[in-house]
Amino acid sequence: MDPRATYHEALRALQDQMLALARLVEQAIDRAIAALKARDAELARQVVAEDVLIDRRRYEIEERVVTLIATQQPTAGDLRTILAILHITIELERMGDYAEGIAKIAEQLADQPLLKPLIDIPRMAEQVRSMLRRSLEAFLARDAGAARAIAREDDQIDALKEQVYRELLTYMIEDPSTITRATYLIWVTHNLERMADRVTNICERIVFLVTGRLEETPAPAP
Amino acid sequence: MVSSPSPSAAAASALFPAAEVAFDIRALSLWYGSFQALRDITLQIPARQVTALIGPSGCGKSSLLRCLNRLNELVPDVRIRGEVYFEGANIYAPDTDPVEVRRRIGMVFQKPNPFPKSIYDNVAWGPRINGYRGNLDELVERSLRRAALWDEVKDKLRQSGLALSGGQQQRLCIARALALEPDVILMDEPCSALDPIATYRIEGLISELKSQYTIVIVTHNMQQASRVSDYTAFMLAGEERVGELIEFAPTSQFFTKPRDKRSEDYITGRFG
Repeated sequence: MDPRATYHEALRALQDQMLALARLVEQAIDRAIAALKARDAELARQVVAEDVLIDRRRYEIEERVVTLIATQQPTAGDLRTILAILHITIELERMGDYAEGIAKIAEQLADQPLLKPLIDIPRMAEQVRSMLRRSLEAFLARDAGAARAIAREDDQIDALKEQVYRELLTYMIEDPSTITRATYLIWVTHNLERMADRVTNICERIVFLVTGRLEETPAPAP
Repeated sequence: MVSSPSPSAAAASALFPAAEVAFDIRALSLWYGSFQALRDITLQIPARQVTALIGPSGCGKSSLLRCLNRLNELVPDVRIRGEVYFEGANIYAPDTDPVEVRRRIGMVFQKPNPFPKSIYDNVAWGPRINGYRGNLDELVERSLRRAALWDEVKDKLRQSGLALSGGQQQRLCIARALALEPDVILMDEPCSALDPIATYRIEGLISELKSQYTIVIVTHNMQQASRVSDYTAFMLAGEERVGELIEFAPTSQFFTKPRDKRSEDYITGRFG
């Protein structure tokens, strides 16, 4: 028998809330990119509107964290879990903001023809989503090794961003009328790249959760 | 119990609906001889929730608890002014039977105090003297199950209650209180004689019991209050060491953002 069953149940519920928030963020990324690809202004506006829900859930989680710390005196692994959830929640909310940013760009671009078929940007987005999903699996499995490996994938995102940047630059040099659209797309890649950085932060929290050590993911070789 | 309407039931605290008020304490003061222990306590305690009374030693929290089932009257020279309405009836009205009050409002004390009798008889004793007509075996089993003790004692019901561990003895005392089928359980420092694991067990039990019973717990351990209670009442001895209510709030609010500076100073350890 677990003598603190109620408290441990509250911890599990908190974890579930965080996972539900992560699903909302994943969905926001997915829809923002779909809106961009399909030039669907309505879908883009929906993503922007639903960011309010993500913000609200973030505050709900923060309030529960504060109450749990104030009333349940979490220690050791429980304390690290609660602190990790708090940090990850903040990262998730910021990722939601980046998705909202992409949706706003999608709305701007919806009435103009696509500069080019989008291939690398959806690929970047899919990679970011995959990193996010796997990082939360690593959280649930308390797998620090997996978390470190996911964090290193950030390099691939940076490389993809660089590739898209160079490609868009050639469009702009050839035809200055594309500059506005190309610049917007560069902002999209910037937002995706920042999202991957947030996943890296999440992975660092997982390492802390498992090992109790705070460590920075090593920067990629220059 | 006689039912004179509670004057404040309509104006119940905004914290919970009037219908969910178990105790409505109105301007309650208490003296032991010439010493005043409580001054003008006005407080509403919600039904089927856990309310913790906290505060430093001598702030009157145990005195207040004992007012809720008229246990203070057993102290010589005690004088009480004010009213305590329980489910709308003033328990201090002249025609209220204190024995009936104490049956409906049970109590568990600081030190486990089983009778020097078998486990079975500890639980069956109260119902027997109250002329219980149902199936006593079933009542004993049900009470022990609710007190989360049944599995540990079902094969030794005829053994002495005093042979149990401290934590088990305390759960036996809770089972004994539950056997009278009360509406309320008052607990006066129920874990202060127990080790941490036995303490967590009692706390877990309190969380389970609150779905059926109103629970009021006095504790000098404010971490315990924060863990187990839904509402917290903070008391302090003010001028001339008279106990007063400083703040009553939902526990999650009290321990994160208390309204009164004295509450903040107490729970953050900045007293004196």
